[in-house]
Amino acid sequence: MNRIQKTRASAEDRNDTVVPLPSGGGATSRAFVSILVTLALPTFACAAKIGELTETSWKEQAFDFLTLQHPVLRTAVLGVLLIGFCCGVLGSFLVVRKLSLLGDTLSHAVLPGVAMGFLWNASKDAWAIFVGATAAGILGVALVGWIKQTTHLKEDAAMGMILAGFYGLGICMTTVIQNMAMGNKSGLDKFFFGQAAALSSGDIKLLGIISIITVIVILIFYKEFLAISFDSGFAQTLGMPVQVLHYALMALLTFAVVVSLQAVGVVLVSALLITPAAAAYLLTDRMHWMLALAALFGMLSGVLGAFISYLSNNLPTGPFIVLGATTIFLLALFFGPRHGLLPKILRRRKQRRRIALENTLKSVFHLCESADFKQKVFEIGELVTERNSSLSEIESEIRNLIKAGMATHLDKERDLELSSQARFKLTKIGWHRACEIVRNHRLWELYLTNAVHYQTDHVHDDAEDIEHHLGEDLVKRIEERLENPIHDPHGKLIPSRDAINA
Amino acid sequence: MKTIRQSRSIDPTIDNPMQEPPQSNQSAKAIAPLEIHDLTVAYTKRPVLYGIDLEVPQGSIVGVIGPNGAGKSTLIKAVMGLLPVASGWIKVFGKPFKKAVTRVGYVPQRESVDWDFPVNALDVVLMGRYGRLGPFKRPSKADKEIAMACLEKVKMEDYAKRQISNLSGGQQQRVFLARALAQESDLYLMDEPFVGVDASTEAAIIDILRELQSQGKTLIVVHHDLTTAPEYFDRILLLNMRVVAFGKTEDVFNFENLQKAYGGRLSILSEVALTRARKKFEGDTRENVSE
Repeated sequence: MNRIQKTRASAEDRNDTVVPLPSGGGATSRAFVSILVTLALPTFACAAKIGELTETSWKEQAFDFLTLQHPVLRTAVLGVLLIGFCCGVLGSFLVVRKLSLLGDTLSHAVLPGVAMGFLWNASKDAWAIFVGATAAGILGVALVGWIKQTTHLKEDAAMGMILAGFYGLGICMTTVIQNMAMGNKSGLDKFFFGQAAALSSGDIKLLGIISIITVIVILIFYKEFLAISFDSGFAQTLGMPVQVLHYALMALLTFAVVVSLQAVGVVLVSALLITPAAAAYLLTDRMHWMLALAALFGMLSGVLGAFISYLSNNLPTGPFIVLGATTIFLLALFFGPRHGLLPKILRRRKQRRRIALENTLKSVFHLCESADFKQKVFEIGELVTERNSSLSEIESEIRNLIKAGMATHLDKERDLELSSQARFKLTKIGWHRACEIVRNHRLWELYLTNAVHYQTDHVHDDAEDIEHHLGEDLVKRIEERLENPIHDPHGKLIPSRDAINA
Repeated sequence: MKTIRQSRSIDPTIDNPMQEPPQSNQSAKAIAPLEIHDLTVAYTKRPVLYGIDLEVPQGSIVGVIGPNGAGKSTLIKAVMGLLPVASGWIKVFGKPFKKAVTRVGYVPQRESVDWDFPVNALDVVLMGRYGRLGPFKRPSKADKEIAMACLEKVKMEDYAKRQISNLSGGQQQRVFLARALAQESDLYLMDEPFVGVDASTEAAIIDILRELQSQGKTLIVVHHDLTTAPEYFDRILLLNMRVVAFGKTEDVFNFENLQKAYGGRLSILSEVALTRARKKFEGDTRENVSE
């Protein structure tokens, strides 16, 4: 509390007197003042900053942060790194076991325990609070299990109730403590929104021990945890002590939540459990990679949150850590190579383009065919009539063909300025692909009529779709099945393999 | 001497003594892979199975059939120690299940797991080895080779590195079967392995079941399709909360027993199944006669 008061005082000083504002002008100064106003308010936010408010330029602040000059800063960064690591690893198990809400339940359920730990010797003793919070957390999780087993209520309802019930009790207890004589110095408010700067060296020691225990337990029992997470019934038939392992994991989770409370706060610690793990889940298909990535993302968001909080001087760490994690998640969601939205959109667009290209090629083939394969050069106008489409559309299609190296235009002087009289010709690659598409189409029509006994007038639309997706192997097998046919059901010639390769 | 088994249906009106010739002394010490005595299993006080008496002989493929809610899966889960036993006992190779875990392989229902879980097919099969490894040990290279060989057996070697949600239903079922194979057990319990699989997977699974049987392993398979049951299994357990009938397929798989198990719910399909079964057994007997 001492430091907070000092911080607030120094901030107010500056507001009144010096305020060496950077050359930002009105907007910056307004922002700065509004931050200071926030600071002056008796909110939790004002308490949650790292280090002293002595630097002025953000560059110096950043340099300061990166060189870790202040001991408080060092403790805070080490703290958020350990927290991010533990929460990432353990949260991964919650996410894959669809127990994400359990993290929320746990973080809220520990609050009465925090208050009890404080009451134990009326001070913020790290160990007493740790013991109290852990006991409350385990009790909460056990109650969820008990409700699920003894009633026909489902787990989510049980978790919702326990979460709110324990949290309510916790708020009552902390309010009572804060109203008591020693309460206003309790620092219990930090447990709501988190303050990395409030981490003491005792907290760091505790965090270190929990991190080491987590690593050792996960390394030794990785295969057990994997088995019970994927298929707990099967794991039990292998003779694994499923219940013991489950509660061991829950105990580790409780530890992680309890030690993270100080820095991230009761409300947001569940986000640190879930969000990095969820981001990792989007990026990988293997559990051990997910654990590694989630740990990395947890640490990254921890440092990111602490950094931004430090730069902006007065904002709380907890929300920034969670925002950092959320940013990482959003990046994974949009840009993840396998499950990302952007690659998905790009893949779809690429496929649409390919199909459009192939349809153009097919039309050129049809033109060629109607001229008995004697004519090789066509005018764009001819294609417009064949496709029954607009000149501009066909022009852009031909331009795409040229870009893909599947056609060349013969009026060089006019370059890409195509008109309905402009002449073009398919290149060898283009002609090859055109033959393949037509061949796919006609073979499929024949397959549908001969092997599956469709009516000949019902096969065209289906072939129109599938012609773009038939692979070479499948085509070969259809051909074998149909005994190397020459004509399609409409009596047209199927371009033969040899003709295509010639 | 191998014991002469009696079907111990508790309903006195059903009596199917199995006429099995006494066998030679070679299997004198044979202990039944699965022996159940007076088993009752209940979910919240309502019994789902009661008075189950069963002794499964070694080397048989037992089809467990019965209507929905008959307790087929419950029986399997009770044997695997996944459900508490209200009364009676279950012995696996003469011991309680917990002392014989490595001798029992298990194929749970496909829907029992989340197929989006971040593991690939090989990882899942490797889990079959975990029971033999015991705590503190990681799967060795040899374990991985065994797992790979099991994938090959179910013709899934090309999909070893594929994440399991990118597999079709039939392929997922094969992975589950491969995981059970990796357990290298003597008794296998399978819960509806043929549900939602394609014809080629069904054929592949049945080939593997036959192969396991030829190695002297015992298989207990929950099955829902009456038309294929007599073809797949050499013994049938008709279940409807209690044992309606248990014995060799040709003795047990008849209209009377099916009606007792299914009540009025017998469909036209089961009639077809019965006709087919009858023909098959008649054919078999004729062959035997000609021999």
